[in-house]
Amino acid sequence: MKIKSQQDWWAGLMFIAFGVFFIVFALGTPEFINNIVGTKLIGGYQLGSSVRMGPAYFPVVLGGMLAILGALVLLDSIVEKGPDVAKFHFRPVLFLGLSSLAFAYLLKPLGLVLASVALVFISAYGGHEFKWKEVAIMSVALVIVSVLVFVKALSLPFPICPDFIEICPIR
Amino acid sequence: MEGIFGNLAIGFIEVFKLQAITMGGVTMTLPFNIIMCLIGCLLGTLIGVLPGIGPVATIAMLLPVTFNLSPIGALIMLAGIYYGAQYGGSTTAILINIPGESSSVVTCLDGYQMARQGRAGPALATAAIASFFAGCVSTLVIALFAPPLAEVALKFGPAEYTSLMVLGLVAATVLAHGSLIKAIAMVILGLLLGLVGTDVNSGVLRFAFGISELADGIGFVTVAMGMFGICEIIANLEQKEHREVFTSSVGKLMPSKEDWKRMVAPILRGTVLGSALGILPGGGALLASFASYTVEKKVSKYSHEFGTGAIEGVAGPESANNAGAQTSFIPLLTLGIPSNAVMALMIGAMMIQGIAPGPQVMTERPQLFWGMIASMWVGNLMLVILNLPLIGMWIKLLTVPYRYLYPSILLFMAIGVFSISNQPFDCFLMALFGLFGYVCVKLGCEPAPLILGFILGPLMEENLRRAMLLSRGDPWVFISPSKPISMGFIIASVVLLAIVALPSLRKKREEVFVEET
Repeated sequence: MKIKSQQDWWAGLMFIAFGVFFIVFALGTPEFINNIVGTKLIGGYQLGSSVRMGPAYFPVVLGGMLAILGALVLLDSIVEKGPDVAKFHFRPVLFLGLSSLAFAYLLKPLGLVLASVALVFISAYGGHEFKWKEVAIMSVALVIVSVLVFVKALSLPFPICPDFIEICPIR
Repeated sequence: MEGIFGNLAIGFIEVFKLQAITMGGVTMTLPFNIIMCLIGCLLGTLIGVLPGIGPVATIAMLLPVTFNLSPIGALIMLAGIYYGAQYGGSTTAILINIPGESSSVVTCLDGYQMARQGRAGPALATAAIASFFAGCVSTLVIALFAPPLAEVALKFGPAEYTSLMVLGLVAATVLAHGSLIKAIAMVILGLLLGLVGTDVNSGVLRFAFGISELADGIGFVTVAMGMFGICEIIANLEQKEHREVFTSSVGKLMPSKEDWKRMVAPILRGTVLGSALGILPGGGALLASFASYTVEKKVSKYSHEFGTGAIEGVAGPESANNAGAQTSFIPLLTLGIPSNAVMALMIGAMMIQGIAPGPQVMTERPQLFWGMIASMWVGNLMLVILNLPLIGMWIKLLTVPYRYLYPSILLFMAIGVFSISNQPFDCFLMALFGLFGYVCVKLGCEPAPLILGFILGPLMEENLRRAMLLSRGDPWVFISPSKPISMGFIIASVVLLAIVALPSLRKKREEVFVEET
């Protein structure tokens, strides 16, 4: 057996994994695994009947369909030739992800100004060119715009300054 | 006919109405809706011109902001972004051969060639004129077709709704790029993700894994921003940017007499084609522009000029994409079913405002319904005014490097997502879905079908449950002769799938979408 389409191979596996995941979490772990482990690993929800569907019914049906489709894609990958998986660029993925996380977890303790600066610097670092001066100017401009638009005009309940500073200079 | 004009009058009055607005502590009396329309059109043109950010990400970004707006103002603005983007996208396509918007891909073919021959001005003018004409006609089409359709839809029971959603989702997958199976799988995955959270019928918390933030489900704004916004930025950062702008050669805008003569028929055909394709579930601007280009190439007596700067190749698709963008509001406004990812977000916007999308919107909130339609006409007029004289300004924007743009886009997205529930968790989810979307793209799976499934998941489950309860568990209820409408939808879905699965057509479909990429 030779995989003729890397792309379809991995896509198929992904769909099967998701399908199985939803079925297992909807129905709970099968009896024999529970017996081995000794306790019920995953609780699962009520299946119900086709007349009165329980919370597990629709997810199980869909999960089954997804797994079957995934298997079809998998099968296709060894029958028909297809494209390879294009190169994965980790740098932008990493820095964009990091910057949004930094923003999210810094906003409440440090306030909008510093959180925005963190986001701009980290995300800019994920690009091709990083010039300190440019990024600094950009972050100042963006902080001004976001404070004016989001906090002043749209009155979103964001803290502007860090919460350890008693008196905020920006009003 | 008279009823329509009466209704449109309600709409125009709503659009131009003066309202007292309190913003930042100051109360002003302003024609608020028209200002929202202007903002929407400006933003739409802006993101249309800028490659690398599309209407889906923009609308998702602005959804949290619309919390504080009136429902009509919010919807008018969001609609403006969508059709405004169709205008703006053509500018980029013509001047730098990069489609600012996916629906202006075909405009690149002949529009850019015209620009290279020093006829960028007439090409831009043609695009604007074609879009304006199509926008006006399709506004009338909506006003004509929406009320009767909504009347039919009011009679729909749960069985009809379930079947209709099946048809909508099938149609959306058929029109997605790439593999059909993968597109269907993405829809199902979307439906499943939509089920995360509290089950309405039993109150059971599903797939939440003890995370309290997931009790209300995954916010679809979060999903949309991750899979479109973040994912688009990453994809753009993959290549080094290089842009070549024909700034010096825009020249005079006015098309010559010969040009006028040649553009009339393509505009008419494009408008009709676009309006028809926009109404279909799964249709919209993208499909319409492709269909129109193909048709023009076939029927034009200048077909040998296509690809080397034929004005028909600009006029037809540009009118079609604008007509399609607008008539795709018909299924949304009358049935409550989104036909593409942007419409899925519009449903989200309506739900944020506490409006259940569906046929009852027209009768219960005529001001909202007709105001939105009237705003489209007003918006189109604004866009012509914005686009032609201001073209120089938009071109300047093209020279802004992407490294300035994406941190700003990301910041606004993060602020938007954070403000949904004031919890860091949503931003975390956005980053996660960004990563997931990137993986999907690498594996050749389109994110758009997933979004459609996601928004329809809970709705579909509820209607399916109700239909099955009413039929006492008989699954044949969906195709029984006692429910002809439901049967029709199911048959249509099966036929659609069968047609696409046919080998000969499959090849054709692949060819069509290959041109696009």
